Amino acid sequence: MNLREQYVAFMTIFRKEIKRYLRIWTQTLLPSAITMSLYFVIFGTLIGSRIGEMGGFSYMEFVVPGLIMMAIVTNSYSNVVSSFFGSKFSGSVEELLVSPVSNFVILMGYVVGGVSRGLLVAVVVTLVSLFFTDLSIHSYLIVVIVVLMTSTLFALAGFINAVYANSFDDISIIPTFVLTPLIYLGGVFYSMDMLPEFWANVSKLNPLVYVVNAFRYGVLGVSDVSLPVAFGMIVIFTTLAFAYSMHLLNSGKRLRQ
Amino acid sequence: MIPALEIENLSKVYDNNFEALKGIRLRVEPGDFFALLGPNGAGKSTTIGIICSLVAKSAGKISVFGVDIDKDFPAAKRHIGIVPQEFNFNQFEKGLDIVINQAGYYGLSPGLARERAEKYLRELGLWEQRDIPARMLSGGMKRRLMIARSLVHEPQLLILDEPSAGVDIEMRRSMWDFLRRINAQGTTIILTTHYLEEAEALCRHIAIINHGKIVENTSMKELLRQLDREVFILDCVEKLPDNTHIDEFVTRRVDDHTLEVEVQKGQNLNAVFAALGLAGINISSMRNRANRLEEMFVNLVEGAA
Ligand SMILES: Nc1ncnc2c1ncn2[C@@H]1O[C@H](COP(=O)(O)OP(=O)(O)O)[C@@H](O)[C@H]1O
Ligand SMILES: [Mg+2]
Repeated sequence: MNLREQYVAFMTIFRKEIKRYLRIWTQTLLPSAITMSLYFVIFGTLIGSRIGEMGGFSYMEFVVPGLIMMAIVTNSYSNVVSSFFGSKFSGSVEELLVSPVSNFVILMGYVVGGVSRGLLVAVVVTLVSLFFTDLSIHSYLIVVIVVLMTSTLFALAGFINAVYANSFDDISIIPTFVLTPLIYLGGVFYSMDMLPEFWANVSKLNPLVYVVNAFRYGVLGVSDVSLPVAFGMIVIFTTLAFAYSMHLLNSGKRLRQ
Repeated sequence: MIPALEIENLSKVYDNNFEALKGIRLRVEPGDFFALLGPNGAGKSTTIGIICSLVAKSAGKISVFGVDIDKDFPAAKRHIGIVPQEFNFNQFEKGLDIVINQAGYYGLSPGLARERAEKYLRELGLWEQRDIPARMLSGGMKRRLMIARSLVHEPQLLILDEPSAGVDIEMRRSMWDFLRRINAQGTTIILTTHYLEEAEALCRHIAIINHGKIVENTSMKELLRQLDREVFILDCVEKLPDNTHIDEFVTRRVDDHTLEVEVQKGQNLNAVFAALGLAGINISSMRNRANRLEEMFVNLVEGAA
């Protein structure tokens, strides 16, 4: 396929992904808006007012970037994992496999689809957060870069999950038992300074720590980890996830018999 | 002439060590209407799956219109349209979207994709149903939707895996007419089936597959001729002359006292006896030789049941 045809194929997958999550928006877009509103009310307003300052900001200001990141991570992940697993389950992934479209384009179609949902939800959640706090952005550039890289990383992770999944249980086990704990322990709700040294060190293995802190730096201008380290780690995790996804597609593992 | 499909020594061992294909050889000429007939579990879908990249082969070589799938699978895939045995579309999508998206995967521009989708949905009588989610279509409509989807990039080779499964008789006739029409327009067609009647109604050449091996590969005409033929073995009292010959019958002198006679449907055994009697040869006993093909068909039918 020439470049133009590959582009057409990419846009076809991408558009199909957007259509899918817009069609079922009550399952894809609405839940995050509701959950995050609850978080804002409970942690930000009710409990937050008693916590006082964290990292030099009001608790509400501190927690909002983490919560936005949480929405981006879960949405980009779950979009790809449910959509790609769904296409495996219905057999419609074969529509792609029998066509001449390259594996890279297949991956990009799904990943960019997931990224777009992450971004859309991020916008919704940010708008909701404006009811609770004033948001001033420290660096738009960093915010945009972190958001794009993070949603790409977790869209890729969702893809890997989908390739391995054999049942609908398999696509909820990882989010429940791995992703959610990583998010909660990733410094969304607290500053790394508060952790005992041992747990602070353990946390350094958690990609969410870098994601949340890099984003918090973009919004507030403060971070528990150094920005270059955070970026470096996100790039490394993303590269690994990309390479592994391509490997899965190229080897045909679990997709071709 | 470059064959539409050439398969050499194709074998497949599944992960559980089951040997589904044991060295298959096939050649389908361009423009042909070809049947791959065999009972359930014979290896038909495995063969088709390998041709369209859904199953990885264990060994062998496949070329589609001269393009080796190991050298340039994307180019080979452009020549192939595939209608699988199981419904493999997203049941929640609309028929029109399914066909248009498939065109997109082949890189067809959106305008052309829509044009082609409309053309084939109309030809297959699905245009009225284009905006209905696929799960609400009848079995026959779903099958035709997959045919429309397989044609949207106008492949030279159309492969249908058991296209009649779950399609009622009337629908089957109109589907057959459609397939004959596009075959007449130049599309090479291969279909798998376990009904001889379906192969007979449509196909010019046929290969029979059983237990992962091609057991017969011939023209439809020749196959039917063989099926309609019985071979009798006559034990003769007198020595048969070296050049024993009976008008209008194919005979074979097995030894001095044994003669094999082929009798086609409609031919009369009395003529054989008369001719031999005239030559002064008496027949002491007679039995008919098992018809290999017929036996096979009995097995196939039992296997399919
Ligand atoms: N994924 C698989 N793993 C193991 N065995 C398989 C698999 N798919 C098919 N088989 C076996 O391979 C044989 C051929 O199957 P198939 O090609 O589907 O036959 P057909 O289409 O002629 O009915 C069958 O015995 C089937 O059980
Ligand atoms: Mg089959």
